[in-house]
Amino acid sequence: MSDHLPILLIVLPLIAAPLCVLVGNRKVAYVVALAAAWCTFAIALTLITQVTRSGPIHYNIGDWAPPYGIEYVVDSFSGFVMLFVAGIGALVLSYAPPSIKAEIPQSKHYLFYATYMLCMTGLLGICATGDLFNVFVFLEISSLSSYALISLGRSRRAPLAALQYLILGSIGATFILIGIGLLYQMTGTLNMADIASRLDTHHGPRTMLVSFAFLTVGLCIKMAVFPLHRWLPGAYTYAPSVVTCFIAATSTKVSVYAFARVVFGIFTPDFAFEQLSLNTGLMILALIGIFGTSITAIFQDNVKRMLAFSSVAQIGYMLLGISMANQSGLTAGIIHMFNHALIKGGLFMVAGCFALRLGSVNLSDWQGAGRTMPWTSFAWVVGGLGLIGVPLTAGFVSKWLLLTAAVQSELWPVAVLMLLSSLLALVYIWRVVESLYFAETSQRAADAVDAPLQMLVPTYILIGAILVFGVWTTYPFDLASEAASTLLGAPTP
Amino acid sequence: MIAETTITGWLTDPESLIAAGLLLPLLALIAIQLFGRWPNLREAATLTVSTVLFAVVGRLSQIVFAGNRPSLTLGEFLPGFEIGFEIEPLGMLFALVASGLWILTTIYAIGYMRGHHEQHQTRFFSCFAIAIFAAVAAAFSANLFTLFVAYEVMTISTYPLVAHHGTEKARDGARVYLGILLSTSIAFLMLAIVWTWFIAGTLQFRAGGILSDAFAAGDISRWQLGLLLALFAFGIAKAALMPFHRWLPAAMVAPTPVSALLHAVAVVKVGVFSVLKVVVYVFGLDLLQTSGVNLWLAYLAGFSILTASLVAMTKDNLKARLAYSTISQLGYITLGAAIATPSSVVGGGMHIVMHAVGKITLFFCAGAIYVAAHKTDISQMRGLGRRMPFTFAAFLIATVSIIGLPPCGGAWSKWFLAVGTVESHQFILTAILMISSLLNIAYLMPIPMRAFQTPEGDGDTSGSTIQEAPLFCVVPLCITALGSIALFFAGQWIYEVLLPITIP
Repeated sequence: MSDHLPILLIVLPLIAAPLCVLVGNRKVAYVVALAAAWCTFAIALTLITQVTRSGPIHYNIGDWAPPYGIEYVVDSFSGFVMLFVAGIGALVLSYAPPSIKAEIPQSKHYLFYATYMLCMTGLLGICATGDLFNVFVFLEISSLSSYALISLGRSRRAPLAALQYLILGSIGATFILIGIGLLYQMTGTLNMADIASRLDTHHGPRTMLVSFAFLTVGLCIKMAVFPLHRWLPGAYTYAPSVVTCFIAATSTKVSVYAFARVVFGIFTPDFAFEQLSLNTGLMILALIGIFGTSITAIFQDNVKRMLAFSSVAQIGYMLLGISMANQSGLTAGIIHMFNHALIKGGLFMVAGCFALRLGSVNLSDWQGAGRTMPWTSFAWVVGGLGLIGVPLTAGFVSKWLLLTAAVQSELWPVAVLMLLSSLLALVYIWRVVESLYFAETSQRAADAVDAPLQMLVPTYILIGAILVFGVWTTYPFDLASEAASTLLGAPTP
Repeated sequence: MIAETTITGWLTDPESLIAAGLLLPLLALIAIQLFGRWPNLREAATLTVSTVLFAVVGRLSQIVFAGNRPSLTLGEFLPGFEIGFEIEPLGMLFALVASGLWILTTIYAIGYMRGHHEQHQTRFFSCFAIAIFAAVAAAFSANLFTLFVAYEVMTISTYPLVAHHGTEKARDGARVYLGILLSTSIAFLMLAIVWTWFIAGTLQFRAGGILSDAFAAGDISRWQLGLLLALFAFGIAKAALMPFHRWLPAAMVAPTPVSALLHAVAVVKVGVFSVLKVVVYVFGLDLLQTSGVNLWLAYLAGFSILTASLVAMTKDNLKARLAYSTISQLGYITLGAAIATPSSVVGGGMHIVMHAVGKITLFFCAGAIYVAAHKTDISQMRGLGRRMPFTFAAFLIATVSIIGLPPCGGAWSKWFLAVGTVESHQFILTAILMISSLLNIAYLMPIPMRAFQTPEGDGDTSGSTIQEAPLFCVVPLCITALGSIALFFAGQWIYEVLLPITIP
């Protein structure tokens, strides 16, 4: 049984999805989905413990040896990403019912749970598989289900936002597919480790360059790297609150994971960063993106939109770490994936609580809600402090690591700009805090009460995790640094 | 018998004493939250814990002043960066001041907050306890990393105190407060710390500094060393060195006990303490003397002293005047650190104590005047001294101490600072110190003097009855005023206690 955990991790949510549709009852569907989600999390937790104890797990589907069969690989990097994707997926699902009851027509609830499970399957699959074409398939499963989830949003702009995402996402997917096709044409294999061993990055044909370019651009769209981030603000803003919580916390990070795998696992950093100097390009884009989107975030009245722009900026920090391509930089980038998933997931959950009680995510309607919704508002303050990167929160850990990594690599301008940009987060977070606590109480906030416990408790678990991992840093740090050395060491995924 | 030995063993074991010093404020926090509904119980708990804390710190100080350096390491926060505590005389002195004044401020706050019927008192006392925790943690810190974490915790925990009233004015003041303190610490201080770590390979405070080897090896050039010093000096904005001083007057919107906490007990003192600590234990006096990169800072501090004094003269609002006076007095300590001679550093360390006791008295008085007579402007206080003789007598004593005249403590610290400027042949700075003392007289002395004069156009009828603030307010301010005088006689002791920090 325990030998089959890697495949169970994918199969469980994958089966739960049609099951939800078949039962057709929203309450039963919810129980099925919730059980599947928490089981998935338990599996992910078991897997990562196994990996830290006895090294990477290789699982051959149907006992077909790679490169003929499909191979699933759980190492410290993929295990780490799976862990927080499954964890946040389960937590958000526990939080979901009151919120989706208010935002999604009841007749569609069971379909919602089914789609949610599919999305989770896709995201976990990207992490688990060692097969490049499989990555594409899972990427599409998660993307297609995301389009559907986003279009469920209450506002009439939601389908439009989903369409925008669909168009850009499909372009990205096409690029990725072309890249994979070219690689297959050159090497005749789809297993990532196998491709890596067959690719001569020093004297390879021009095709390799083209394939790398397609893959990079395609993944940059999926990661929402500035300036290819245009789909993200709309999608996050108009999606139902629960969907935003889950997607914002996980989906872009999983794309970052796929990108890191492609660069480090297949093409090698030597090719990408030394021969092509992609790192300089990424760094410049990341820094422009961080400043541009953070400044845009300051001027948003819609809080979800503000957080969405902030997400684009945070992706920039992860890319900064990755583009340093050394142990400390990668560790910082990977740990920031985790920390930011907690922080942004938590903040979007708080926004969901406000949306439920106030019926709006506009800052003007949130004014004075600190008096009537003290617990929800306080959660925002803690999450916000995490995003700013105040000591004793998880955000500080990643900022500190990124800063020390930049200084060690003697990238002084990056270090300085990074610190300055984190001040912008202070501005846009504190705007909300001041509105909550000091402004005249708005009409809507005057007779609001705190969010129901079913939402508040999962929110506080995630917000609490920001503080816990701000103090107990060794656990995520060890995983991230292990993951970084896996990426840098052997090019086997 | 066994129990007795364990208890005495515990009392003499420095490690557990350090742990107790850190845990007690947190214990107070829990107690305050638990007893939030019963104000008497809540305040009793705070007072008990603060008294025990003072006893613990006092016991530790015996150990430290006897020449020991007790330490406690909590473990690595991240690889290479550990949370650790090691007490040296400067930090010990600061912890003594902070924990001692916490008791008095709590007593005073009880009188003030209740006399004023302030809201959210539980939150108020909770944040207070966290701020004290941060102050103790900073005082005991063994490395820059720990100091930085404590510094930031203090910024965050005092924000709700500054914004206590929840009004628009409070919001604006608190915004400036948080904005300046947090952004300077992130943009400058954090960079400075990581830079130090990069070139020195450690963040541990060490007598004689940790940068001298790197400077000798050429890892950091002379101008870079100056830049690093600037990053530290401006990054520690709690020291209120101009031009990053605006947060201090802005924070005056807070209730008066908070101002007392800010100015005397915790916030600004953490600032100047950190500056001294960085100069003595990171740069090292010798390195600054030989490289000479410190002089610009000394002159900037001098500029800060004079300008703030001049601005103080123009303020009619008592708390605003005191705020600028604080900026000026903090400049003294920065100046002492910047000159980097043994006398000046000891003078700066002494001034932390002297100014703390003096300035807290002044703020207590300002609050008492507000509670009893509802007056905030100096021009309205004529004749008030006849109704509030104790308050204004205390004000007078504290004024004398701030000016630096015997028989008050301030005389000693200013003396050593002046000696430091002469020793390093910076006679312009000596002149600045003298001029500033004159300015201190000009902006502080008139307040108690006018208060004891006859009210204008009024007979002596109104002055005959005594109308002091509640006892909870008056007793603490009398104690601190007497403390200022007592410190004059303790000057020798403080000097001897602080002297070891200058020896590498």
